[in-house]
Amino acid sequence: MSIWSNLGLVYALLGAAVAVFLAGAGSAIGVGIAGQAAAGVVTEDPSKFAKVLIMQLLPGTQGIYGLLVGFITLSNIGLLGGSPKALDPQTGLLVLAACLPIGIVGLISGKYQGMTSAAAIGIVAKKPDQFGKAMLFPAMVETYAILALLISILAVNAVPLP
Amino acid sequence: MAVLQMQRISICGLKKDRKAILEKIQSLGVMEMNQIADDEGFEKMDTVNARQSFERQAQAADQALMVLDTYAPLKKSLLSSLEGKALVEKSEFAQAADDKQEIIRKANVLIGKSKEIAEAKANILKIENQIEALTPWLALDVPMNLAGTKKTALLIGTVAAEVAPETIYNRLAQAEPEPVGADIQVIYSDKDMLCLAVICLKTDEETVEEVLRACGFAKPAQVITNTPARQKALLEAEIEKLNKEISEAEEAVRGYAASRKELELVSDYFRTRAEKYEVLGTLPQSQRTFVISGYVPRRYVRALSKAIEEKYDCVFDIEDIKEDEEPPTLLSNNSFSSSVEGVLESYGLPHKGEFDPTTIMSFFYVFFFGMMLSDAAYGAIIAIACFVVLKKFPRMSESMHKSLKMFMFCGVSTMVWGILFGGYFGDVITVVSETFFGKAVTVPALWFVPLDNPMQLLIYSLAFGVVHLFAGLAIKGYMELKEGRVLDFFCDVVLWFAFLIGLILMLIPSSIFASIAQTQIVFPPVLNTLAKALAIIGAVGLLLMSGRENKNPVLRIALGAYDIYNITGWLSDVLSYSRLLALGLATGVIASVVNTMGSMFGKGIMGVIGFVLVFLVGHTLNLAINLLGAYVHTNRLQFVEFFGKFYEGGGKPFEPFKTDTKYVDIKEEN
Repeated sequence: MSIWSNLGLVYALLGAAVAVFLAGAGSAIGVGIAGQAAAGVVTEDPSKFAKVLIMQLLPGTQGIYGLLVGFITLSNIGLLGGSPKALDPQTGLLVLAACLPIGIVGLISGKYQGMTSAAAIGIVAKKPDQFGKAMLFPAMVETYAILALLISILAVNAVPLP
Repeated sequence: MAVLQMQRISICGLKKDRKAILEKIQSLGVMEMNQIADDEGFEKMDTVNARQSFERQAQAADQALMVLDTYAPLKKSLLSSLEGKALVEKSEFAQAADDKQEIIRKANVLIGKSKEIAEAKANILKIENQIEALTPWLALDVPMNLAGTKKTALLIGTVAAEVAPETIYNRLAQAEPEPVGADIQVIYSDKDMLCLAVICLKTDEETVEEVLRACGFAKPAQVITNTPARQKALLEAEIEKLNKEISEAEEAVRGYAASRKELELVSDYFRTRAEKYEVLGTLPQSQRTFVISGYVPRRYVRALSKAIEEKYDCVFDIEDIKEDEEPPTLLSNNSFSSSVEGVLESYGLPHKGEFDPTTIMSFFYVFFFGMMLSDAAYGAIIAIACFVVLKKFPRMSESMHKSLKMFMFCGVSTMVWGILFGGYFGDVITVVSETFFGKAVTVPALWFVPLDNPMQLLIYSLAFGVVHLFAGLAIKGYMELKEGRVLDFFCDVVLWFAFLIGLILMLIPSSIFASIAQTQIVFPPVLNTLAKALAIIGAVGLLLMSGRENKNPVLRIALGAYDIYNITGWLSDVLSYSRLLALGLATGVIASVVNTMGSMFGKGIMGVIGFVLVFLVGHTLNLAINLLGAYVHTNRLQFVEFFGKFYEGGGKPFEPFKTDTKYVDIKEEN
């Protein structure tokens, strides 16, 4: 079985990979940025640990969305069941395209949500009672990751598979 | 479901009753102090000194408690922060108040001990540094300040590591005015420096010293009269002594562990007294009388009047809030709705005259939260955990109690949604039955499985969003009607409703909707015409009326057109509700990823162990991250989409003058 005879499957798997690794990388960057700010706050005031930890986790969702799309893709193309479907290259490319939104938006929004989270951690450090409002700013960024996730899920499910 | 009505209460009493009346108000805790502007003939008492002295004593007790926590920590369980303040008898509190001198003395002893420990530790550090500086010289077996014998001179010091003794010997041999001899002993060498002891004849001392200085020879900074080894032993003995002092002081601190309770009581005692004196300092007083004024919720006015007016000679005056006054806000809701008050508070309490959205929000909140998490097993875990904690720690703080109750209700809602969507730890039942028993068993969803039909759930999510947003717009209308602004109500609310409902009715039979919903819905022609009519009336009305405050007709139309453009805002608001679908899918799919991973170990004992491990770790993580997600995004839907339609907030919370304790609650008599 040469790679050329099964190019469709390769494309589809590439799609799943793109969704997981781009979105995951975005989350990793974001959680990293927020984590640095969080660690700074905890050195000053360890009692704020729980609050800043929640803030740090907020940019972590993009990675999960990527995992989600990757998993749905793997399951749709039959790789998880051990019996991969025979996809033509065109279908494979369709699946790849369907995975792009959450991958790319996940990467970018993850980074920026991390920066917003870091700023929100600053709010928690100075005014812990404003936690509810502080949490809202990173959540705003996440909206676009959710929209991308939605389109990716709908598209992956909508691609006709043999 | 309301903001409690406040009234202004003013009490004018005799000075002899001042203490009793103040204490009564403090123990009732229903009045927020707000003194009226000064009148002539009234003066304010200067209580700053007294207050500061009480605060200092409260701080001393707090510090002593911190010392106790450091050296004699209490064993605390993870959940102990939920226990809340201990309840003590009034007599016990009074006892501590009587013994306050003695207890504060103990507090000062504790603080003193902790200072002793800190000083001893600093000294140890200093001595350790000295020992370190001494280490290179340990091989020297004469005192470091020895100048020499009758005929010889001893020079000790360090040179840089590059300077070898041979170089010095060479230089000595070439010294001016005449070559000199000396014996150089290397005491210690490392990569940075050499420690040297140089012995020469007393007559040559000056020349030798000059040569040495030219080589960068430096005498040691600390000069000691003992041999280095002996000095080190002395210093070590001193450290030993200091360590013993520290452990003695620590032991002494531990001896006071039993005073923890007293210290807490006395700290609270001084804290309440400081509060009282703070209020006292703001009261206008004449020679014989004093005036207290403040806000009291209407429902507590009777109780206050009974406790004060009937017991003391005083004037008890009740007024309604004036137009220009901004009273504090206190909410009152039923047990279910009050649980989300914390969420509302984190956005901002309603300002004066504003509608309290708590009740309406509470239903949507629980509904959306459940939909985002939507797993029956997760919901059951959350609901049961919160229920158990609530029952086990009845004395936790009120805000914590409310939050936990909110999560309990959200857990129940999650359970219901999970049953509707057929999610129990994702698809654990199917996976387990297939892996270990070889026969797939599926618990059918009561409604439908979201992953099989995401478009359908998307439509429902957006529809719930429309209901939520319309509820917000309706509240805005209600508020405008209540304030008698009928024209505003018609233009801002009725026209928008007509416009939006018309557009929605036009959208439903269209082909776009059919392709999303996968069913064609056909309306009777009357309804189609009605839809068009509504949309057109709404649009034209908005175009003409939105800029009604502007006289200039062109500007007015332009503003109207801009308001119609807000339809894009509505569109993005509605689309925002797609997160209900996305987050719901996320929970289910990750749960099935966990289950699939667990089932990869195959059958048999190892398979079961592997499955259980993956199951526990995976589902714990999934629950935690999705719980956070559901909480954050439910809040967002309320704050941004829902409140954006009508709510301003910005009210000041009601902060009554009360016994504001930190460690204990005092049981009230009767």
